Amino acid sequence: MKVTLLTGRTLRQGQGKEYGKLSERYLKSVAVCEMDPDDMKRLGIRENENVKIATNYGSVVVKAVKSLRAPHPSAVFVPYGPWISLVMSSKTHGTGMPSLKGVTAEVNPAPTEPVLSLPELLKRHFKKE
Amino acid sequence: MPIISNVTCPVCGSLCDDIEILVENNKVVKVKNACGLGESKFLNYNGHRLRKPLIRKNGELVEASIKEAIRRSAEILADAAYPILYGWSNTSCEAIRVGLELAEEIGGVIDNTSTVCHGPSVLSIQDVGYSTCTLGQIRHRADLVIYWGSNPWSAHPRHIERYTAFTQGRFQASIWYRYLAHLSAYRARRRLLRALKLSSVREAPTIEAEAGLPPTLFRKERKMIVVDVRRTRTADIADYFLQVEPNKDYEVLEALRALIRDEEIDMDTVAGVPVETLEELADVMIGCKFGVLFFGVGLTMSMGKLRNIDTAICMVRDLNRYTKFIIMPMRGHFNVTGSNVVSTWQTGYPYAVDFSHGYPRYNPGETSVVDILARGESDASLIVASDPVAHFPKAAVENLVRNPVIVIDPEPTPTTLMADVVFPSSFVGIETEGTAYRMDHVPLPLKKIVEPPSGCLSDMEILQRILAEVRKIKRETAEVA
Repeated sequence: MKVTLLTGRTLRQGQGKEYGKLSERYLKSVAVCEMDPDDMKRLGIRENENVKIATNYGSVVVKAVKSLRAPHPSAVFVPYGPWISLVMSSKTHGTGMPSLKGVTAEVNPAPTEPVLSLPELLKRHFKKE
Repeated sequence: MPIISNVTCPVCGSLCDDIEILVENNKVVKVKNACGLGESKFLNYNGHRLRKPLIRKNGELVEASIKEAIRRSAEILADAAYPILYGWSNTSCEAIRVGLELAEEIGGVIDNTSTVCHGPSVLSIQDVGYSTCTLGQIRHRADLVIYWGSNPWSAHPRHIERYTAFTQGRFQASIWYRYLAHLSAYRARRRLLRALKLSSVREAPTIEAEAGLPPTLFRKERKMIVVDVRRTRTADIADYFLQVEPNKDYEVLEALRALIRDEEIDMDTVAGVPVETLEELADVMIGCKFGVLFFGVGLTMSMGKLRNIDTAICMVRDLNRYTKFIIMPMRGHFNVTGSNVVSTWQTGYPYAVDFSHGYPRYNPGETSVVDILARGESDASLIVASDPVAHFPKAAVENLVRNPVIVIDPEPTPTTLMADVVFPSSFVGIETEGTAYRMDHVPLPLKKIVEPPSGCLSDMEILQRILAEVRKIKRETAEVA
């Protein structure tokens, strides 16, 4: 399903990072995708099931959660963090600032793919000799 | 047990300076007055921290002495042709000053996190200027508060309570009671809708939103409006929430400018908002006595970027023909304003300063860190109190970790995991004192409330030692030559 991807801060993300970025609490607060409940129905996804968010620049698997601020059809919200950064473009259009909000993306169910932990994610995507 | 009062909270740009902290045996045991973010930091900072310097050897990070780590970092930086020095918004102004000296010494690029935050706002302010004031003025006088593309409930949790709608100002009363009434009405509406959905009624009637702006907006007392692309917690509190389509803020701002200048708009809707609503909104803005527009990264990170801010500032300028209106960016990290201010004192430029020619150059888009990384031009980096591996786009991170990375940070982050040298530092505002700038450019002192663990130096001390070592290496090389 085609969506507009929005990113931002949440209170839980802000608290999660103070508990440590390697903590379970941080993972649970940022590796999530807040979706409109009607969109979730349309895709056949239930709360806490995995979804894959893909853009032209990459893809990542996170957990879908029902948005408490619906309706916002075909707009999904993901808190800032290492997971969602994987799908962002580094183009800044000469401003120094990459576009991190209002990004066109594709969201689909990913029942067989896991949400990677932070060390796994870094190992899979970035090489360090 | 000592209670330390008037502590400045080192989390967000609101820099609340009324925190009370109970300390027992050099440990924070109780926090008063702080928000969820501040309390989490004061109570948990020590639970997951780095305590020993680390150096990458054979692909693994291993413990090292501070002397060894300083020497290794100085060698990396002295050898580098085009190093980047990034971060700075979670440390003190004193540390940033040393960082700038180091950047000049090694001919690097020094950039702070405003590059991926309010960098476009800085560019617009340089282009068109802006009318602003301190938060104290707003607290006592503002009768119209607008948050545009900003969610202070989540990112600056006490902003509304301390500086705007929920604060009891000298000339403006708090609107707490209205919020409570508003909240219970909103909850009742949701409960009703849910009950109708669950009941046997096949087609639940939808509750039509009332046409036009709510009457509270036309009263003399204080009012709050939220404009955003999605309903946020802040929007739930506001007297009125205006939802615009993503990436269309520019259109709405331009339409409002036209309406404020009494021009006609030949459209029914702009970015999904009926023109009549915008007309009424323009009336509310013109009709206030002291209006303030707080804007967040909702404007800087979406399409248009600095042009969105240009228009917002121009709209405020137009409004000042009729009334008093000011505009202020909602700065994120506690000292991101300070990093802009110190950089401007020292170099003339607020961020993205390139010393590779021997003198400061500034050209965001070219000398900004994300662009340098995307082009793969840097060959080493020093990251201070920041986590670019978690927050930069993938292509930029790939080029960052390909080269040596030195990190100064009190806690383990994705960036420290990918680093070559890691320095555990003390927490500024908890274990080290310093100065930070609030979002309205008011400098506030950060207190030291507990002693840092042995071996954890302050950011400033670590930077001073690296700088001294770099100078020593340069002298040695000059002597050999």
